[in-house]
Amino acid sequence: MGRVDGKVAFITGAARGQGRSHAMRLAEEGADIIAIDICEPVPSNNIPPATEEDLAETVRQVEALDRRIVATKADVRDFDALKAAVDAGVAELGRLDIVAANAGIAGMPAQAVDLPEDHWSTMIDINLSGVWRTAKATIPHLKAAGGGSIIITSSDAGLFAYPNLSHYVSAKHGLVGLMRTLALELAGDRIRVNSVHPTTVATEMVLNDTIYRLFRPDLENPTREDFASAAIAMNALPIPWVEPVDISNAVLWLASDESRYVTGVPLPVDAGAAVK
Amino acid sequence: MTGRVEGKVAFVTGAARGQGRSHAVRLAEEGADIIAVDLCGPVPGLQYSHATEEDLQETVRQVEALDRRIVARKADVRDRAAMKAAIDEGIAELGHLDIVVGNAGICILAPWDEVTPEVWDETISTNLTGIWNTVQLTAPHLIEAGGGSIILTSSAAGLKGLPFLTPYVASKFGVTGLTKAFAHELAKHNIRVNSLHPTGVDTPMGEMAGEYPRLLAGNERLAGMLTNSLPIDVTEPRDQSNAVLFLASDESRYITAMAMTVDAGNTQY
Repeated sequence: MGRVDGKVAFITGAARGQGRSHAMRLAEEGADIIAIDICEPVPSNNIPPATEEDLAETVRQVEALDRRIVATKADVRDFDALKAAVDAGVAELGRLDIVAANAGIAGMPAQAVDLPEDHWSTMIDINLSGVWRTAKATIPHLKAAGGGSIIITSSDAGLFAYPNLSHYVSAKHGLVGLMRTLALELAGDRIRVNSVHPTTVATEMVLNDTIYRLFRPDLENPTREDFASAAIAMNALPIPWVEPVDISNAVLWLASDESRYVTGVPLPVDAGAAVK
Repeated sequence: MTGRVEGKVAFVTGAARGQGRSHAVRLAEEGADIIAVDLCGPVPGLQYSHATEEDLQETVRQVEALDRRIVARKADVRDRAAMKAAIDEGIAELGHLDIVVGNAGICILAPWDEVTPEVWDETISTNLTGIWNTVQLTAPHLIEAGGGSIILTSSAAGLKGLPFLTPYVASKFGVTGLTKAFAHELAKHNIRVNSLHPTGVDTPMGEMAGEYPRLLAGNERLAGMLTNSLPIDVTEPRDQSNAVLFLASDESRYITAMAMTVDAGNTQY
């Protein structure tokens, strides 16, 4: 018996990285999946975009687990497209119980004073407003199901600041406020709302030259190993980064009825970085 | 299917009944062997019935019915010699230690001006010093095992100054701080330390809830502080155990120094 058997989960940013991992982990434990991803370039982002092939690979992996999946190319900045994808998924899979608001970008680092205005706007539009739109599009379906669980992906940058990432830090802090407000507004409908706060996760969003340079300004051409020594110093546990499945295990727990009375919690999966 | 804590050994304090028994049973369901201790005796001033040796035997019976092994001893978390003996005997029999659940605690309700020095000392020594004893005496075994997970039961009252509980609130805030301090010192040994913060749980401790109307009659505005956000009055022990299980398992291998609320939103309300 799976830990989320018979439930349906909506996941944003599901083409790769943590989003794909959440889709897989929830499917392994019995959930059907509604997946979206922008699958195209985002201005001011630091890595190559997810592709439609990536999203198709998520579909393949979920179907290999004998679960159903409805995947759509959609941008969390486009409420109508987001809502259409959710509604179509619910029409096909019958219900909605779990929402993993995962889509986000890391952006290009710069001091706040130098940050281009469009970089700021794009970041807030995707990482903060995109989660609000995700909640707005899905809450009616969760209410119709008699309750549910919303898991918002914030970051350790939602609990403390990193210099040169003011747009990212602001968006991720904003998610904590959104999470707490939703937790209160939706408690009467038995909808729980919690956030997860990863430290460095071993995905392309973080393991790339832009981030290596940000954290190792002392080196001309820092490598993954050079970044690892900086990353390990940020954590309390003696590790440089966690794997996507570690975040997915937290999402799974918050999605399942095992946590039926847990709401309003910012859950760090951060090797102790936030309290260091 | 493999259990989520298969092959691990867990030490649980206050295991005769209530949340402690529930933790022992839930961990055993998922494959762990158990070392259990409980005071099994009276506590002066307690407003609910105390645990007995028969209660601890029932925990043993329930764990053994799951085909898991258990070493149970009558021991007071304030008595370091008795605790050390129970831990050493348990590990001698079960081979190693991976999980520690510091759950034993007492709760005595009284308005601030009715708390006696005896109640203060009793509460601090059991709920706070007892947790310190638990961690200090078990951590060497976790280091020897190459790592582990420690879960310390604080309370919503370890994050929020709930009324008529001054010694309890002080002890539980202490546990919240102790968790974070231990988490850092033990991180280099791959030992994780997290605290658990329940709202009301349906256990024998709840027998004292009858005291509240009298206490609130003298200070009515405080009643709202006890309200949960989710529309429930109490959680079940198993809800707390599911959080303990998650924190005990390798699913949470990079979660440490965190305060995990299982409180139906109480501390956010």
